[in-house]
Amino acid sequence: MAKKPIGPVRRAFAPWEDPNAIPFIEFRNVTKRFGDFVAVDNLSLSIYEREFHALLGGSGCGKTTMMRMLAGFETPTEGQILLDGQDLAGIPPYKRPVNMMFQSYALFPHMTVEANIAFGLKQDGMPASEIKSRVDEMLRLVKLEPFAKRKPHQLSGGQRQRVALARSLAKRPKVLLLDEPLAALDKKLREETQLELMTLQEDLRMTFLIVTHDQEEAMTVADRISVMDHGHIRQVATPGEIYETPNSRFVAEFIGDINLFSGQISEVNENDARLFCTVLGQHIDIQGAGKVTAGSNAAFAIRPEKVRISLDKPEPSNANVIPGEVWDIAYMGDVSIYHIKIAETETVRAVVANTTRLVERPITWDDKIWLSWDRDAGVILTK
Amino acid sequence: MEQRKISWFNITSLVLGFSFLYLPIVILVIYSFNASRLVTVWGGFSTKWYVSLLNNEQMLDAAWVTLRIGFTSATLATILGTLAAMVLARQGRFFGRTLFSGMIYAPLVMPEVILGLSLLLLFVAMDQARGFWTIMIAHTTFAMCYVAVVVQSRLAGFDKSLEEAAMDLGCPPVKTFFHVTLPQILPGVAAGWMLAFTLSLDDLVIASFTTGPGATTLPMKIYSQVRLGVTPEINAVCTILVGIVTVGVITASLITKRQQLQRERDERMAFAANQH
Repeated sequence: MAKKPIGPVRRAFAPWEDPNAIPFIEFRNVTKRFGDFVAVDNLSLSIYEREFHALLGGSGCGKTTMMRMLAGFETPTEGQILLDGQDLAGIPPYKRPVNMMFQSYALFPHMTVEANIAFGLKQDGMPASEIKSRVDEMLRLVKLEPFAKRKPHQLSGGQRQRVALARSLAKRPKVLLLDEPLAALDKKLREETQLELMTLQEDLRMTFLIVTHDQEEAMTVADRISVMDHGHIRQVATPGEIYETPNSRFVAEFIGDINLFSGQISEVNENDARLFCTVLGQHIDIQGAGKVTAGSNAAFAIRPEKVRISLDKPEPSNANVIPGEVWDIAYMGDVSIYHIKIAETETVRAVVANTTRLVERPITWDDKIWLSWDRDAGVILTK
Repeated sequence: MEQRKISWFNITSLVLGFSFLYLPIVILVIYSFNASRLVTVWGGFSTKWYVSLLNNEQMLDAAWVTLRIGFTSATLATILGTLAAMVLARQGRFFGRTLFSGMIYAPLVMPEVILGLSLLLLFVAMDQARGFWTIMIAHTTFAMCYVAVVVQSRLAGFDKSLEEAAMDLGCPPVKTFFHVTLPQILPGVAAGWMLAFTLSLDDLVIASFTTGPGATTLPMKIYSQVRLGVTPEINAVCTILVGIVTVGVITASLITKRQQLQRERDERMAFAANQH
C-alpha cells in the first residue's frame, strides 16, 4: 500500500502574542456558583480563532463547567461570555454556533450512524440532497462509510467515538467543544486519535476547545493550555512554556515530573539570583531568575532530564554541583530514572537516556556520584 | 455454569407458594368448562357458558364500557403521568419539589375507599352528572401516579447528555422530547399505559363510588351478579379476562427477550469486528 503524504509542515501560529489580535471566544470575569460551591471563580480567558485550546485540570476544577457555559447548558452566575464579538447571554444551546462532542458520546441509540450525523443538519432545515452529501463527506472524513446503516450499539468504542466526532463536526460549528473525548479509548487508539484530531483541526481551520485531565493529551494536541485548579486558571501558555517555565509550584508539579528545592533568596544581581537551600546546606545559582527580591522565600524547580549525574566531580564551571548517592534506579527502557539521595530526607530524580545497551551500568546502586546542572536549567518559583 | 441441585426444601416452598397463588384461578378456569349449572359439582366438559355469555347483552355492554374507560383513562393517565415524571426527573431542585413528589406518590398508598369517596364528593359538589366520564376521570387520577412512578424510574436510568446533545445540535426542547427522549423512555411509557389499563380494568371500589346510571363496568357487573349467586357464566368471563392478561404478559416478555438477544448478538459482532 502506498504511503499517504503527510501534508504540509505546520506553520507557527501565535495570535495571542499579537496585541492587536481580537479574541474569538472571551470569558470576562465569569463566576459560576452551584449553591455554596464555587465552580468557576471570577475567571477571564481569551481564545483565538483557529486555536486548539485545552482546559486542563483534575476533577472538580471547573473545566467542564466552563465548557458547559459556552455550550449554553449552564448560565454564568456573574460575568459575560462572548463568541465572535456576540454576547451569548440568553441564547439557548440550540441557537449557539458551537457543537459539542460528549464524553459519553451521547449517540442517539435508536438512530443509525447516518441519522445521527444528519440530525443536526435536519434541524437547520437543510435540503435532503445536501444533507446526504454532507453526511457522506463526514463518513469519509472519519472513515466509517461501511457502517452508515449500523446502530450505535453495533459499533466498537473507537467507532462510536468517530461517529460522535462526525456528528459534532457536521454542522461546521464556529467552535468544536470536546469533553474528555478520548477518555474511553485504550492508549494506542488514543494516541492515534490525538494526531487525527490535530490534523482535522488544521484541515478544517476551526477553533477547538478540549477539556481533559490528561496532561500528555493536552500537551500533544493543544496550541495553548489553561491549567485549572479550584475554579481558577493557574497559567495559560503554550505546552512548551508551561513545561519549561511554570509560574507556580502547582503548575510545575501538575505537569510532568519535577525536583523542588525550597529555600531563601540570598542574593539578587540583575536577572541572576542565588538561593540558599536549607536541606542541602548550600547555595544554588540561577541565571534568568526573573523578578525576585532578596530575603524572600522561594523554591528552585528543575526537571529530572536536565539533571546530569557523573562519577567524577565535574570541573568547576558555572554549573551547580551537589554530591549524592544512588538510592534507586528505575529502568524504563528508553531512559532510566535515578533516585539520588542528597540528604537524610531528600532525594532528587535524574533521567538518563539509555544511549548504549544495558550490559554494564556505568553508575549503579550505592555509588557516590555528583549531580550537576546548568545555571539556566531551572526556574525560581515564588508562588 | 455449575448445575446446582434443587433441595427438597426449595421444591416444597415452590409448590406451596405457587399453589397458594394460582390454585383459586385454576379452579375457576376448570369450572368455567363445567356442564353443570351447579358451581361446585362437576357435570362434564362443556363450552356452553361461553356461548351463553355471547348472548348476554348486559355482560357485553359492561365489558364494552370497561374497555372504553380503560383505553381513555390509561391514555390520559399516561400523558399526564409522563409529564409529571419529566418534571420530577429533569427540572432539578425547584421550589416545592418535595411536596410535589410526595403528592404524586400519596394516591399509591391512599385507601381506595377514601379516594372514591372524595372523588364522589367532588363530583357532587360540582353538580356533575355521574356516569362514564366521571369514572374515567377518577381512573385517570389514580392511574396517573403509577405511570409517573414507572416513567420516572426509566428516566432516572437515562443518559441526560442525549437530550443535551440534541439541543446542542439545534433541536428545540419540545422537539427534543419527541425525537430523542420519548423513543428512549417508550418501554417505560408503554408499561405505564399497560399498568394504568389493568388498574382501570379491575377497579371496583372507585368505579362504584363515581358511577351513575347507565355506566356499569365489568367488575361492578360481576360483583352484583355474584351477590345473586355464582354462575358458571361468571367463571367464563373471568377465564377470558385471565386469558387476555396472560397473553399480554407473555407477549411483552417474549418481545423484551428477543430484543435483548438481538442486542447481545449485535454487540458481540461489533466486538469481533473491532478485533481486526
